[in-house]
Amino acid sequence: MDELDRTIVDRLQTGFPVSERPFLDAARSLGTTEDELIARIDRLLHDGTLTRFGPLFQVERMGGAFTLAAMSVPAELFELTAAAVNAFPQVAHNYAREHPLNMWFVVAAETPEGVDETLRRIEARTGMPVFAFPKEREYFVGLQLKALASAVVAQ
Amino acid sequence: MILDRNIVERLQAGMPLVARPYDAVAEALGVAPELVRSRVAAMLADGRIRRIGAVPNHYALGWRANGMSVWDVDDASVDALGAAVGALPFVTHCYRRPRRLPHWRYNLFAMVHGADRGEVEAKVARIAAVLGDAARAHDVLYSTRILKKTGLRLGAG
Repeated sequence: MDELDRTIVDRLQTGFPVSERPFLDAARSLGTTEDELIARIDRLLHDGTLTRFGPLFQVERMGGAFTLAAMSVPAELFELTAAAVNAFPQVAHNYAREHPLNMWFVVAAETPEGVDETLRRIEARTGMPVFAFPKEREYFVGLQLKALASAVVAQ
Repeated sequence: MILDRNIVERLQAGMPLVARPYDAVAEALGVAPELVRSRVAAMLADGRIRRIGAVPNHYALGWRANGMSVWDVDDASVDALGAAVGALPFVTHCYRRPRRLPHWRYNLFAMVHGADRGEVEAKVARIAAVLGDAARAHDVLYSTRILKKTGLRLGAG
């Protein structure tokens, strides 16, 4: 990760232009060229430094619903269960965590009923209970993390 | 609006990496490019789009310790204290969520990131100081692996 990569990652987490040539406009403010910026973003996506490049949607404002959910998965079933859970397109992200509840994922759907239905289908598919942790209050969301000096290109 | 939904479906996998990405979406949908740009701008303005840009893998940026700190906080004071915890500069997300007794006693969730676990623990100690005696117990669940991170997919059901 060089200086330009770091600049792209830190300064382009928000504010990508809505214009005819947004990469050109963004490139000018970052001190690079349109072609170089597009090529860099493509590389950062492929090497795993970025997981996405584009709009982040607020599911609830789109009329949809989502919840955090967790499962307690035996170690010997972990990979199979992760594959089964991830196969649901409604599962937006999924993290392994150190705790008896060791798999934590977000389920998003177009309706609250769609969320509940998906949780039931995950339980049926995996044979394990799913605990739902829907947000009751949001106190803060949205800090964007900058690249640390120790950042390296992901494998 | 059906056009908005079609635009969302086209963009949810990511911005096309071409010089005129909104034109590419417009062409795929068979509508005028200006219309796509004006609808994206409208969705940004009303909050349906939170932001447009790079979504980094925190691990790749050097944030190797990612802790979900969870707290059992007295119901009477959780909202005031949750707002105070959410206002700490290093807390990236902070929510109140339901308990699942007897399996899960925690009702306040605050995400904390650090270059290593020591840094996360120092930040968790600052949260503990804010919560004081109102926090009856807490834990920190470190993530060990990203199993999936694709973001929202409309049309998934």
